[in-house]
Amino acid sequence: MSGNRAVAEAAKLAKVNVVSAYPITPQTSIVEYLSEFVANGELAAEFVQAESEFGAMSACIGASSVGARVFTATCSQGLALMHELNYVAAGLRLPIVMAVTNRQLSQPLGMWCDHSDAMGERDSGWIQIYVESCQEAFDTVIQAFKISEDREVLLPTMVCLDGFILSHTSEPVDVPDSQIIQDFLPPYKPDSEYHTLLDVQKPLAAGGGCPPAFTMEFDYKKYEAQENAKEVIRKVDTEFGDTFGRRYGLVEAYRCEDADVILAGMGTMIGTAKEVADKLRQEKGWPVGVLKLRSYRPFPKEDVARATAGSKALAVVSRAVSYGVGAPVYSDVAAAISNSGQKPVLLNFIAGMGGRDVTQKNIAQVFEQGLKAAQTGEVQSEIEWVGLNKNLVGASP
Amino acid sequence: MSKPYWTKENFPITPIIRNPAGSLAFKCGLWRTTTPIIDSQKCTKCGLCEVYCPDEAVHKSEKGVFEINYDYCKGCGICANECPPKAIRMVAEVEESCTSES
Repeated sequence: MSGNRAVAEAAKLAKVNVVSAYPITPQTSIVEYLSEFVANGELAAEFVQAESEFGAMSACIGASSVGARVFTATCSQGLALMHELNYVAAGLRLPIVMAVTNRQLSQPLGMWCDHSDAMGERDSGWIQIYVESCQEAFDTVIQAFKISEDREVLLPTMVCLDGFILSHTSEPVDVPDSQIIQDFLPPYKPDSEYHTLLDVQKPLAAGGGCPPAFTMEFDYKKYEAQENAKEVIRKVDTEFGDTFGRRYGLVEAYRCEDADVILAGMGTMIGTAKEVADKLRQEKGWPVGVLKLRSYRPFPKEDVARATAGSKALAVVSRAVSYGVGAPVYSDVAAAISNSGQKPVLLNFIAGMGGRDVTQKNIAQVFEQGLKAAQTGEVQSEIEWVGLNKNLVGASP
Repeated sequence: MSKPYWTKENFPITPIIRNPAGSLAFKCGLWRTTTPIIDSQKCTKCGLCEVYCPDEAVHKSEKGVFEINYDYCKGCGICANECPPKAIRMVAEVEESCTSES
């Protein structure tokens, strides 16, 4: 099944009570499947077709505030339109789960994959998990509800899957029996003494003004919840693995133990990178490995430092740009190892913008530059745009 | 000063206010720089001041006259502006209250 079908099946099996969404390519079929499930009685949920993504997230916030398990999906301009509400959802500590079929942001207008959209929500307080396969998309939606609803966390989660590359690619997906999923993920039962829960029997005011005397303290609580989420993601993943036989971790270190050069990245490029790493090891004997950053918020600093401890060069590939500084994933990786005592040469790559394929050749080029840096201890350029038509823009080669 | 909403014992995960009418604890009358004074001779008991007051700080007393609760009156002057017989005067709070070093 396609990535979008996998996401919709997972939301159905999570027995969500409310789905509120607005269609946008390449997310549309997620919402179409869910509306079909509700219409034909497969899913006993309230389906709210909103007038915009702003309305969709507003309805999700309302529904979650009365204790419903809530799911939505969007991407790109839709996610940008939700921006204001995303901070509200996180600030009210509502465990909403949203699939983001990563797509570029206009301008230039296009519907193709990159991570610019989700990067804009990076600091909103939402948990962000980037997946590599349709199976992982399915599994992560199930896990996401359990992570978000944990009392130590209570933050919403974005499950980020690469638009088209994953959303519209069909792969075999194991869909476990509904009862086993119910046992793993029991219904959401918020407690009015602790959660944001609107109950006419126990009136409360939520979402109001907060004076400066308390605002930093609430920000701190949110920060603390993100820190707690690391352990909860690990715990839920382990329990998931025990039940379903698949586990993913906060990061996945692929052949990193003895690697001089490690490529770090997120999403579908990781599958390609693993394959190229295998080939380069076999054909050329290059000591290369791949670090998949699965949880981006919370950012698993300790895991990144541990996985790259023996490396000489660390090549970070971002599918997004931070204009005026470089690339967001690079900055986070560099910060993660800054106090760890290790000093691999750091290489900064931007690749796959606006649907540009990240090919095996591109990945091999990244590894090659990484190897050179590992040998010389120097980087050739501060930042490298992989696959850029340098001729067209007059950039130096 | 009034008591804070939240203490170490009841600090929630998000700014939730669980006690109804919690804003009574905030004596926003302390913000006032001009004070409305009702002239009972001119007052026609129409009650528009009570209706217009954004803080519900004007009430009719048992004697049938309108009184202002200065704990919550912010001195916005809307009552004085609306009063048909102009029975409400806005009087500046003493200058020292703004400039004194307290």
